[in-house]
Amino acid sequence: MDLTLSDHHRALQDEVRAFVRTHGHKSPKLGGGRKRPDQKTRDWQKLLVDHGYVGRTIPREYGGSGLPPDVLESAVIAAEFAAAGIYAGLTNQGISMLVPTLLEVGTDQQKKQWVEKTIRGDVIWCQGYSEPGSGSDLASLSTRGVLEDDHFVVNGQKIWTSSAHYADMMFLLCRTEPDKPKHEGISYLLLSMQTPGIDVRPLRTMTGRAEFNEVFFTDVRVPADQIVLGRGKGWYVANVTLKHERSMIGNAEKMTTRLEQLITLLKSNNLLGTTEYRDRLLRLQGEVIAWKAHNLRLLTEAAQGVDSGVKRMIIKYGGTMLGFRLASLAIDALGAAGLPFESAGEDAEDDDATTWNIDYLYDVGLMIGGGSNNIQKNIISERGLNLPREPKVASA
Amino acid sequence: MEFALSEEQRSFADSLRDLLTDRVTIDALRRHAETGNGFDPTLWDSLVDLGLPGLLVPERFGGSGLGVLDAAIAAEVLGSAAAFTPFAGSLVMATLAFIHGATEAQQDEFLPRIAAGEVRFGVGVSQDAHNATAVIDAGAPTHLLIYLPDGNAAVIDADHASLRMHRSIDRTRPVTDTAFDPERATILNAANAPIVAMQRVLDAGRVVLAADTLGAAQHMFDAALAFVKQRIQFNRVIGSFQAVKHQFADMVTMLEPCRAMVWYAGYAQDALPDEARLTALQTKAHLGDVGRDIARMATEAHGGMGFTDLLGLHYWFKRISFNRQILGSPEHCREEAARLQGWT
Repeated sequence: MDLTLSDHHRALQDEVRAFVRTHGHKSPKLGGGRKRPDQKTRDWQKLLVDHGYVGRTIPREYGGSGLPPDVLESAVIAAEFAAAGIYAGLTNQGISMLVPTLLEVGTDQQKKQWVEKTIRGDVIWCQGYSEPGSGSDLASLSTRGVLEDDHFVVNGQKIWTSSAHYADMMFLLCRTEPDKPKHEGISYLLLSMQTPGIDVRPLRTMTGRAEFNEVFFTDVRVPADQIVLGRGKGWYVANVTLKHERSMIGNAEKMTTRLEQLITLLKSNNLLGTTEYRDRLLRLQGEVIAWKAHNLRLLTEAAQGVDSGVKRMIIKYGGTMLGFRLASLAIDALGAAGLPFESAGEDAEDDDATTWNIDYLYDVGLMIGGGSNNIQKNIISERGLNLPREPKVASA
Repeated sequence: MEFALSEEQRSFADSLRDLLTDRVTIDALRRHAETGNGFDPTLWDSLVDLGLPGLLVPERFGGSGLGVLDAAIAAEVLGSAAAFTPFAGSLVMATLAFIHGATEAQQDEFLPRIAAGEVRFGVGVSQDAHNATAVIDAGAPTHLLIYLPDGNAAVIDADHASLRMHRSIDRTRPVTDTAFDPERATILNAANAPIVAMQRVLDAGRVVLAADTLGAAQHMFDAALAFVKQRIQFNRVIGSFQAVKHQFADMVTMLEPCRAMVWYAGYAQDALPDEARLTALQTKAHLGDVGRDIARMATEAHGGMGFTDLLGLHYWFKRISFNRQILGSPEHCREEAARLQGWT
């Protein structure tokens, strides 16, 4: 047990601090809408890639820094950016999900074509997974891809597609082998959003914003060589991707920041003198301390190459619930003063009350997206605790 | 940076676990609960052989010179076994009271005897310098160590104090009321800031009790998980029902971060003075709450058997209750954390 940094990691910490001092003023503001990254954000992204703070372990030939994986280095970098309130780089689905997936199972040609452009923010991706009839049971998806000559012809509908309204590309799951069992009939395709036959319609959510879209496909032709890993391998590829998505959500830095904001809010509203508010805040502080310590434990295990098993599987469920409870106390602290809700729109900053309300509402979405919490509880109990799986119901 | 137990820490925990598996069987636990006073000479001797009493005693006084984190690791194992032995008060708080508040001569007189297992302290806090209630580890003490209102500690020969032992809800650990004459006590008054030194000792006790709860809660969780994997109703093991599975997912999601929290709080006592008080208070409070939930849900998962005396699950349930109530309830600990942060 030793929480001091090694000389190597302290040197990196000094380096990042120097970077923040020299370049910090160029950082775009944190948060702020769900729009296509502007020039300032893309310039900042390239600066981060060039300094090795993004794409650090990605091989040089694919545009990264080619450094050996070291989760503690990533943690040091993330902590310094968070402490300075500096934007730590794009966290879109192309970077967090497609890139790790291609690096694991893509061809050399696919990696060369997409990885560098994606991490530098020049190509934005969206994810074509969920369908109206296939949510938690994703493998039942019915969007079809029929091979004609050297193209897959895609017909069907996707939903919950974040950023589809400005994305350049999509990674798509569709059924190409309808005669095979459901998990074996799916393929993973990469396609341009400019392809004729794609219709993107915004889907307004309870936050009042359109964070998602519906995407309709009518005879969309995708070149057959834009498949990842091969026909019928899409479910396997998607699980490589989902593994990366689930580990993304529920990070300790976000909890710490939110707790600090909550303390400030209760102080400025003179609510710390009220026992009920104070005790709720203290309970949440205790949980955040536990969550941060748990995160340190996972970080150490990752650095040691240990599979954390159930300790990792609880992150998404526990993290989204804790986040929601933090936002809930803020809403209660605001009281009637928190009711005016004036979202300034996707491109501007909101006032504090509206921001808390949007966090509060958006967290409900986080409990559902990327494997709903009921599905998470199945995963925790079945894969983490070895309880028996649900009996399969024969398909109609 | 490495946030994990060392090889030595894991192997010490394993040795202690092996010993307790051997000595603290469910039958022995029942016998002790019927007639015991929280001290079993045979078990104590084997713990002395293992070096448990000297865990925190500095090496120059014949101990291992380890820290609160190591004590917490031991406490988790003791809680997991529901071991009927003095520890949090007698071996952790009393030892630290001498380390942080005694003169060299007082240390020289007592610390080697603590390490050798020759003395055992009932530990408590007095509001009036003459009486103390709910003194722990005082079923069969050789001495009492009672904190006085000024933050100094009075060490009293047990023969010179009146002791009134109460069997507690946790039949393996009594609580004792005492009246004593401070004139006949040795006062540990070498600390520059006695109140601070006392708080440090109380906080270490809180971390260790939280660790004990962690072990007890983990034991109940493991027992419940094994039970639902073999109990059959409606032609299925009941652990295949989603309602049951989701309760276990909830339990593990609450419980697993507690282990890291306890480690962190123990480490903070040893190495992070700025965070030591807050994490000790919050960890005691949080484990009190999570412990209660796990104890209730794990008992419930056993169905009717959980409610009977047959499985003995209630010993752990009551141990968790005891730990929750002693040295500050969750509400009390959180209020102290609020004062610490200037929130009240």
